[in-house]
Amino acid sequence: MRDSFFERVVAFTNARLWKLIHLDILLLGALLLLMAGGLIVLYSASGENIGMVERQGVRFIIGMGVCLGLAQLPPKYMRRASPALFAFIVVLLIAVLLFGIGAKGAQRWLGLPGGLRFQPSELMKIVMPMTIAWYFSDRQLPPRYNEVLVVLGLIIVPVLMIAKQPDLGTALLVAVSGIFVLFLAGLGWRYILGAAVLAPIAGYVLWHFMHDYQRQRVLTLLDPESDPLGAGWNIIQSKTAIGSGGLYGKGWMEGTQAQLNFLPESHTDFIIAVLAEEFGLIGCCLLLFGYLLVISRGLYIAANAEDNYARLLAGSLTLTFFVYVFVNIGMVSGILPVVGVPLPLVSYGGTSIITIMATFGILMSVQTHKRAR
Amino acid sequence: MSHRHQNFRNYRQERQVTRNRIIASAVFVLLLVSVLLGRLFYLQILQHKVYETKADDNRVLLLSIPPTRGLIYDRNGVVLADNRPIHSLTVVPERIKSVAWLKKQLAGVIDITPDEWHDFEQKLKEYRRPYQPITLKSQLTDAQWARVAVDLYKLDGVQVEAQLTRYYPYGKAFAHAIGYVGRITEKDLDRVDKQAYQGALFIGKTGVEGYYEHVLFGKPGISKVEVNARGRIMEELGRTPPVPGKSIHLYLDARLQQYAYDLLGNYKGSVVAIDPNTGGILALVSKPGFNPNLFVRGISSKDYAALRNSKELPLFNRALRGGYPPASTIKPYMALAGLQYGYSSWTERYFAKGYYQINPGGRKYRDWKRGGHGWINLQRAIIESVDTYFYQLADKMGITPIHDFLSRFGFGKSYLLDLYGASDGILPSKAWKRAKYNQPWYTGDSVNVGIGQGYMVATPMQMATAVSIIAARGHYYYPRMVKDIGDKPATFDGKGGVHNLILKDQSNWDKIITAMHKVITDPKGTGRRIDGTDYTIAGKTGTGQVFSLQDGQEYEANKLAKRLHDHALFIAFAPIDKPKIAIFAIFENGGSAAKPAELTKKLFDAYIDGKYPKRYDYLKGNSK
Repeated sequence: MRDSFFERVVAFTNARLWKLIHLDILLLGALLLLMAGGLIVLYSASGENIGMVERQGVRFIIGMGVCLGLAQLPPKYMRRASPALFAFIVVLLIAVLLFGIGAKGAQRWLGLPGGLRFQPSELMKIVMPMTIAWYFSDRQLPPRYNEVLVVLGLIIVPVLMIAKQPDLGTALLVAVSGIFVLFLAGLGWRYILGAAVLAPIAGYVLWHFMHDYQRQRVLTLLDPESDPLGAGWNIIQSKTAIGSGGLYGKGWMEGTQAQLNFLPESHTDFIIAVLAEEFGLIGCCLLLFGYLLVISRGLYIAANAEDNYARLLAGSLTLTFFVYVFVNIGMVSGILPVVGVPLPLVSYGGTSIITIMATFGILMSVQTHKRAR
Repeated sequence: MSHRHQNFRNYRQERQVTRNRIIASAVFVLLLVSVLLGRLFYLQILQHKVYETKADDNRVLLLSIPPTRGLIYDRNGVVLADNRPIHSLTVVPERIKSVAWLKKQLAGVIDITPDEWHDFEQKLKEYRRPYQPITLKSQLTDAQWARVAVDLYKLDGVQVEAQLTRYYPYGKAFAHAIGYVGRITEKDLDRVDKQAYQGALFIGKTGVEGYYEHVLFGKPGISKVEVNARGRIMEELGRTPPVPGKSIHLYLDARLQQYAYDLLGNYKGSVVAIDPNTGGILALVSKPGFNPNLFVRGISSKDYAALRNSKELPLFNRALRGGYPPASTIKPYMALAGLQYGYSSWTERYFAKGYYQINPGGRKYRDWKRGGHGWINLQRAIIESVDTYFYQLADKMGITPIHDFLSRFGFGKSYLLDLYGASDGILPSKAWKRAKYNQPWYTGDSVNVGIGQGYMVATPMQMATAVSIIAARGHYYYPRMVKDIGDKPATFDGKGGVHNLILKDQSNWDKIITAMHKVITDPKGTGRRIDGTDYTIAGKTGTGQVFSLQDGQEYEANKLAKRLHDHALFIAFAPIDKPKIAIFAIFENGGSAAKPAELTKKLFDAYIDGKYPKRYDYLKGNSK
C-alpha cells in the first residue's frame, strides 16, 4: 500500500494483460470518454431521438470492433500491404468517377450488391499516410528533393480524383494526411516556408482563371455571412448558439437554438454548437481536453514507435485526427470556411466513425507490437 | 538497392528527426487549440450578451391577446352589439405550400366560393404580421366545422379558430346609430396604437362603435411565446391577461328605434328623437339601413359593391349627414327671431294675400294657399303656416339677425357630442354667400330663408336638436348617444351640462309652444289630423321643395315621379308642459306632412303611453 495513486494507475495501464490483447488502455479510456460525451450531446441535438442514439452506439461498437481487430495486426503487415492497398483504392476511385452513385450532385459512393454502398475516399484517409510512410520506410530521412516530388505526386493524384467527385473536405484531409507524413519525415523547413509563400500567389493566379460563379462560391465560402439566408444562415445561427451558451451553458436539452431548430445540421457537422450552447465554455473545454488526451497519447505512441513506418504513420494519423477537430470547431465558430467536416466521435454519421476507429486500431497496434527490449 | 543502404543508416538520428517534428507538431496543436479556446472565449464570454439577445430574438415572440370588446346596451338593457363565438377557417400563409396546393387540398372538404378565394388572395397582398392567420372562410356551420376537423391533420397551415366576433342582433334599423366594426386597415392603424391592435380582429368604424372605440376596445394582453425556426409556437412563456373593454349604455330606446324605422315604410327618410331633459338621443334612424354584420369580418367585395351602388344610398347616414331644407318647420324659430329683435309681435295684425312682393310689380313669392289667409296675427301665422307672413318678416329683418339667432339653435353647426361625421348643414349669411358664390346677398335670398328654403340646409339631427331646445324652453343639453360608460355616467369634457338660451322676453317660450300646440289642436292647424291624444303635443309641419318651381308654375303631385315629390317634414314634442320627447321626422319625397306627423304621433303614443305594438316586445328589455 506504499504505492501512490499515480503509480498504481501506471501499473494498471502497463499491465501485461492489455499488452497481450494489444489494447492501449489510456487511448481506449480517452476514446470512451469522448464517445460517452458525444452520445449525451447527440441525444439532445437529435431532439431526444433515442433511436438515433442507439444507431450511433451500434456504430461505436462496430468501430470498436474494427479498432481492436486492427490492433491485432502487426505494423509490418500493414507496411507490406500499403502499396497494394493504395493501388486498389485508386482503382476504386476511378470506378467512382465512372459509375459512382451519390446525391446532391456529388458521386461519392460505389454501389455494392445487396443495396450497400461504399465510399473509397474515406479509406484513402488511412491508406494515404500508410503509403507515404511505406515509401519512406526503407529510405533515409530526411527526404531528398526528388523523393519529395514523388511523394507529392502520390498525394496529388487521388486528391484530385476525390476533389472531382466533388468532395472537397475529404480531399483536403487526404492531402493533409499525406503531407503530415512528409513533415514528420523531416521535410526541410525551406520547403515549408516556400510553400507558405507560394500558396497565396497560386491562389491569386487561380482567381484570375475562375468564372464569376466560381469566384462567388469562393467568396461565400470565405465570408458566409454575406449570404445570411443561404450559406450564412448556418454560421450565424451556430455563432448565436455558441455565444448564447456563455460560461455554463443553458443546460442539457435546454438550448433554444438547437431545440427550436434554428441551428441546422445540429446533430451532424454543427453538433459542437449544441454542446457549446447547452454546456457553455466549460463543456467546450472538457471536450477539447478529451481530444487533447487522445492526441497527446497518439503523439506519444508515435514518438516511441519501433520503426520509421510506424512512427510516421502513427504521427500522421494523430495529426489528421486533430485537423478534423480543428477544422470542425473552427468552421462552426466562424473562423474557417464551412467545409463539410464532422466532429470526430461526436457528430452523428456512419463512415467517419469507422475510419477514425480504424485509425486508433493502427495506433494501438503500433504501441503493442513492439519487441520487448 | 535500398537494402544495401540500410546498413549505413543512422536509425537513431532518423528517429530523432521524426521525434523533433512530433514535438513541433505538439506545439502547433497546443497553439491551434489556444486559437479555438480564444475564439470560444470571445464568443461565449466577451460577446455573450450580444448572442444571448440574438438567441432570444430568434425564439421569443410577443403576441397580443385581443381583449373582449365592451357591449352596447340600449336604455333598457337590450344588447345592441354583442360578442359571440364563431368558428372560422384560417390559413397561415407562411406554412402552406402554395395557394394552388391549398385549393387542391380543400376541394371536396369544404366549399370555398370564388369570392372567398378572391378576398383571401387580396388579403395576402396586404401588409400583415408574418405567421398571422388569414381568414379564408368565416362562420363555419357545425357540419362544415366537423368535416374540416377530420382532415385537419394533413392540412398543415390550416386551422379552425374559435373567436369572439361582433354581432348586431337587430341589424338594419340600428346600423346608422350603433355603427359597426370592421377589419382593421392600414389607415385605421394610423389613428390608434399599432402595438395594441396586434392580433385584434376588428376596429370600430362608424357610429357608437367608431366614436367609443377607445372605451369599447379595452387593453390587450400580452402572451410571450417561444417559437421555433419555422415560426410555430412551441410554448407560452408568460402572459399578461387582457383588460376587457367597458360596456356602454345608450339613451337609445331599441323599441322606439325599430318602430320608427318600420313606420317609415317604403320611404327613405330619417327620424331623430331626443329627450329634452338630458339631450339623450332616443332614436336615430336613417332609412334604408344595411346589415352591419356584413362588415364585421370583412365585407365581401360583391356585397360592398351592391351597397355602394344602390340608388337608395343605404350606407349614407341621413340622420347626421342628410342636408334638407327645413321648410316650414323653420317658422317657429323665425317667429322667435322676429320677437327677439322687435320685427314682430304677438298682437300686430297682417293681411295675408296669396303672394308676397318685395317691390310692387316685382316677383311674386307665393303662399301655399292660393287665396291667402286674410287678416292674421303671429300665432295664426304659425298655426296655418302662413308663408307670406314669414316672407315679409324675413324681408324686414334681413339675413344677419336671422343668421345670428338661428345659429343659437344649432343651425349651421353641430351640437352632437359623441358621433363622428355629423354635418353642419348650411345657415347662410352674407359672408357665406360671398365666400361660396362670390355674390352679394339679395333680399330675395332672405325671403326664401324665411320659409326655410333657398340656401338653408339642415340635417335631421340639427332639426331635432332645435325643437328640443324649444321644448326645454332654452335650458337645453347637447344631444348625445351615451349615458353610462361602464358603471359611470359619461362625461363630455365639460360640454355635457345644461346650456341656456335666454330670450329678451322669456314668456315667448310658452307663447310659441302654445302656437305650436294649436298647430295640432286648431281646426285650421296644419297638424290637426294627429289631434286627439291624452297628452299634449306641440308641432310644426313642413314640406320641402326638392327643386325650385318656376314662377307661376303649379305643383302637380300626380305628374311628378316620386323621386321628385316634396320632402315631408315634421317637428314636435310632447307633452307640452313637461316634455319627455322631441322628434324630427322626414319622409323623402313623402308629399304632404301627414306622413311624418302620423309617424310622430305613433312614436309619442309608444314612448309616452307605452302603446307599442305587441310585436316589439322582444326589444322591451327591462322597461315596464
